[in-house]
Amino acid sequence: MSSTQMIPRQAADAAATERRGRGRQLHEGRTALWFLAPFLLFYLLFIIGPAIYGLVMSFTHASLVKSGLNGWAGLANYTEALQSSDFWSSLWHTIWFTILTTPPLIAIALGLALLADRAGRGRWFYRLAFFAPYVLPSAVVALIWMWLYTPSLGLLDTTLTKIGITPPNWLGSESFAMWSLAITTVWWTLGFNFVLYLAGLQDIPRELYEAAAIDGAGPWQQIRTITIPMLGRTTTLVAVLQVIASLKVFDQMYLMTSGGPNFATRSILEYIYDEGFTNFRVGYASALSTLFFIVVLIVSAGWFAIVRRQEKEV
Amino acid sequence: MTTSVLDRPRARAAGTTVRQVDSRTRLFNGICIGVLIAFALLWLIPLAWAIDTSLKPNSETVKTTWWIDNPTIAAYTNTLQNTDMLKWYGASFITSALTALFTVITASMAAYALSRMRFRYKNVVFWFILAGIMIPGQVLIVPQFREFSSVGLLNTFWAVIFPQVPTAIAVFIFKQFFDGLPRDLDEAARIDGAGAFRIYRTVILPLTRPALAAVAIFTFVFSWNHLLWPLLVLTNPDLMTIPVGLATVQGSFGIRYADTMASAILGALPLIAVFLLFQRNIVEGIAGTGLKG
Repeated sequence: MSSTQMIPRQAADAAATERRGRGRQLHEGRTALWFLAPFLLFYLLFIIGPAIYGLVMSFTHASLVKSGLNGWAGLANYTEALQSSDFWSSLWHTIWFTILTTPPLIAIALGLALLADRAGRGRWFYRLAFFAPYVLPSAVVALIWMWLYTPSLGLLDTTLTKIGITPPNWLGSESFAMWSLAITTVWWTLGFNFVLYLAGLQDIPRELYEAAAIDGAGPWQQIRTITIPMLGRTTTLVAVLQVIASLKVFDQMYLMTSGGPNFATRSILEYIYDEGFTNFRVGYASALSTLFFIVVLIVSAGWFAIVRRQEKEV
Repeated sequence: MTTSVLDRPRARAAGTTVRQVDSRTRLFNGICIGVLIAFALLWLIPLAWAIDTSLKPNSETVKTTWWIDNPTIAAYTNTLQNTDMLKWYGASFITSALTALFTVITASMAAYALSRMRFRYKNVVFWFILAGIMIPGQVLIVPQFREFSSVGLLNTFWAVIFPQVPTAIAVFIFKQFFDGLPRDLDEAARIDGAGAFRIYRTVILPLTRPALAAVAIFTFVFSWNHLLWPLLVLTNPDLMTIPVGLATVQGSFGIRYADTMASAILGALPLIAVFLLFQRNIVEGIAGTGLKG
């Protein structure tokens, strides 16, 4: 597909270059700069600049209540972070949250997309049901779920009690609070993966199913032998986007548990927030940010490696 | 003759298996739809329950029933009177709309240069921008905060808008879209004497409407829902956006559950409206960019 489109375009490009002289190229350089300037200005001022500034600050004792860098610290912030039990526990909470949310957000989204793909009619209804929560602000989601989780009065407690199950202490127990946040997150963000999978399913040629049906393959066999393998790339994409999104969790904890009870749900971003904006230790918080960035980079690099291998196999 | 005799039983055999598969498939599809509807209803319960609660008097919310004895919209009028909800709507709308506008303009212009023009260091610029996708905005909150505080822009809408404008992924999406547009159109306009900016504005942009709409809607929604950064830079209640406002007052409702749910529904309404209006753009945007990116 793409190679057939490439040939005429490359030819056109080559012809266009020949038509333009050297003068035109110089002139275009200046025009290009004008077109790039607005974006690059914002990009340098608010992404690259702060990134470098943050990296520099991570080697200093910078404080939010003092101006300037407040003296060099060398690697002190990093060694402190790596020796701090708060850092490791918040990193572990973040990873634990990622472990709790990623498998259901992939499996349920895939399952429901497979079902919706078969259902044919009424897709708008499923899309509304599963995707509408995704567009809601986290603050709205938190308000609704805190009401659902309210001890003894909430809908979950009363319903479970009616069935004869003793409800857990949703947000108040150190061991269960993370599960509650994970349940809320699955409800909130499932729609995004659902839509990605629906799109992936539509790219699978119908003839494959027809051929399989003529060979006598039942629906379950078709799903196992055609659909799931054909969705491999979509699954890689969904998995990585999901892992990165889960690692960046902050809103749910901040709004629903404030990182509690007893810091049991404090994520790495909330730890950065606490150190930087409650304890004013922006140098240390910058070092934490850098360490967190490295974690995200490793995950992204892992993704690239997997995608490379998948492309080679194809 | 011989072929037709040989063919007949085989045809019959094929016919029966197809019919068997058919009934099996129908049963399977029935089960599928059942499971799907069950999940869809399960997914709608939290929202339905929030709406249900918001229509009760506060005193009635302790009875956990779906039935409402005295339905009322008092919770909504209370919320609108007792909180700065209307101001928050304004703040959210202004910051999100401007963020979307600036993002679309700057990203599409940069993408146009990268897609259509020849200049030195083009690849360097491209990779430099692409690297930005790797940097999660959240790791920049500390230096960005100091940056805005040092120039005295904290507690302004600009502090909310500016850091969200440079979206590397938007440049990438536009560039892909422009790369797919035929170059003959540019060439024709150029021969007619149009400059680069006129070609961009009158030839390219009108053809880019689907991508423009998708990026604008997404930026708007993400910006509207952003919590962490606006929470840091907006401490003045008059300037708070919906998420920041709701996060700030959520404790003050106490046990007035109907009021709490009314505020949640009011906070959700604009986005539900955006979703219903632009459902197709949003869904196609995710599908298209997600898979190609």
